[in-house]
Amino acid sequence: MKKNRIFNAVVILGASVVVFVILAALQYIGVIDEYNGQLLTLSGIYIVVALSLNLITGFTGQLALGQAGFMSVGAYTTAIAIMKFHVPMLLAILIGGLVAAVFGIIIGFPTLRLRGDYLAIATLGFGEIIRVLMINLGSLTGGAAGLKGIPAFSETENFVLDAVIKFSWVYVFAVITIVIISNLINSSPGRAIISIREDEIAANSMGINIAYYKIFSFTLSAFLAGVGGGLYGIYMGYLNPTMFGFMPSMNIVVIVVLGGLGSITGTVVASVAFTYIQEWLRVFKDLRLVIFGLALILVMIFWPKGLLGNKELSISGFLRKLFKRENNPERTVSQQNGSREGK
Amino acid sequence: MLSIKGLNVYYGTIHALHDIEFEVNEGEIVTLIGANGAGKTTTLHTISGLIQPKSGEIKFMGKPITHVAANKIVEMGIGHVPEGRRIFANMTVMENLEMGAYIRKDKAQARDDYEMVFSRFPRLKERIKQVAGTLSGGEQQMLAIGRALMSRPKLLLMDEPSMGLAPLLVKEIFSIIQDINRGGTTVLLVEQNANMALSIANRAYVLETGKIVLSGSSKELVASEEIRKAYLGK
Repeated sequence: MKKNRIFNAVVILGASVVVFVILAALQYIGVIDEYNGQLLTLSGIYIVVALSLNLITGFTGQLALGQAGFMSVGAYTTAIAIMKFHVPMLLAILIGGLVAAVFGIIIGFPTLRLRGDYLAIATLGFGEIIRVLMINLGSLTGGAAGLKGIPAFSETENFVLDAVIKFSWVYVFAVITIVIISNLINSSPGRAIISIREDEIAANSMGINIAYYKIFSFTLSAFLAGVGGGLYGIYMGYLNPTMFGFMPSMNIVVIVVLGGLGSITGTVVASVAFTYIQEWLRVFKDLRLVIFGLALILVMIFWPKGLLGNKELSISGFLRKLFKRENNPERTVSQQNGSREGK
Repeated sequence: MLSIKGLNVYYGTIHALHDIEFEVNEGEIVTLIGANGAGKTTTLHTISGLIQPKSGEIKFMGKPITHVAANKIVEMGIGHVPEGRRIFANMTVMENLEMGAYIRKDKAQARDDYEMVFSRFPRLKERIKQVAGTLSGGEQQMLAIGRALMSRPKLLLMDEPSMGLAPLLVKEIFSIIQDINRGGTTVLLVEQNANMALSIANRAYVLETGKIVLSGSSKELVASEEIRKAYLGK
């Protein structure tokens, strides 16, 4: 089991470094132009935020429609920390996440009583409250006009280098988010979280502290969404409250459902696909949203569980098959809480 | 071992349990029988902490557990096989059992207990890697029981284990319950199948619309005219 874990860790780390070097180099030498580079960076932000929602909705089974609200809190906190208090960027992003996490705890409590559609509406209300709050906290947030002039990740003389640095920041956060979520899901608390999704009463009768894990999951999710929001604010360079309204929240839900509730790789693939498809559809102008809506309907008819269901694609699993490293023959009793096969 | 006094439970304004009182002694099989909506499941849920009573007292091994959280009650030694099985459908058989052992800190002994469950339910061992939702009804019930046993309960609450099973399987499940009881686990069994329940229980309580209307040893109840008419259909 331990050997497997180390093998997995090395493969994941290696793969993410290789992918990073390739993508960054291609951007630097101009094979990936600035426009596509921006889209890749935006995909990375969506990966962070969509994974945060997948933790609540996909793994814990609580339908939440206010994820952009957490993003908004993180984005504004980060921007204000940088602009008004001159906090270093990394620290500011983490503070943004922490403040969003506090909101996560607050919104986590209703989830102990509300379920399904009721919770969905409550979280929807939360998202709206945040939006209105941001409009009315004028002196701090710039009100409806928004915050302008958020400094970029770097300001070298070289635009291409700036873009690559921007991409690197987002890429690192996306990888860290993936690692956090996949480690969590394969750990003992992760099992507890999944069992809540499967059957709350049964989970409670197994001795799982449902209240604790629900709040835990909401808090971690809000933290990650806040971090995603912080990155988004710096990426955009300006913020205004409508960037985090109902539609952006829905977009995140769409990504998670498209990728597959409870699939990390599904969310990653769907985040990238969503970003690009939205851009490609721009040529259809007003028809864009119609076509996008139709595409969603078709996907839901033919892949009701999303592109990957709750399955995962894995490089280490693939490599193992490739080299017939079948040193993982039976899941025996001693492997409890260990990594699942094919992970 | 378990004693319940003056228990009143409400769902909003609906008074579901009226002054319920009963006892379960160590080593016994005690059954609560009654029709739909009599309050059997509510009683079990209240004992295992899933519902909070309005008044009354529940004591387990001398300690009050009336307002203890459900997850702590499992740790104290009360296992629950919920109504309708409620297995984790998307997890494998093994993962379901692991969830049953979630609160266990003695992982080495837990390992022996997996073997114990598999020797009691060989069919589960054959399907160890199968996704639980694809098991047959009887196998799912076995899994639900096995999962509850993994917490090593001193008292096992069983909610309608015969529900939706073929008569032959019902027999099998009930002989397993007797077996578990012989192994030293006290059983509180809720059933609509009064016939079967009375055939294995030491004592029984009859619930009607939230009240206990009759109690006694199983033999007495089987012999009683009232019970024969109302529940045994003879």
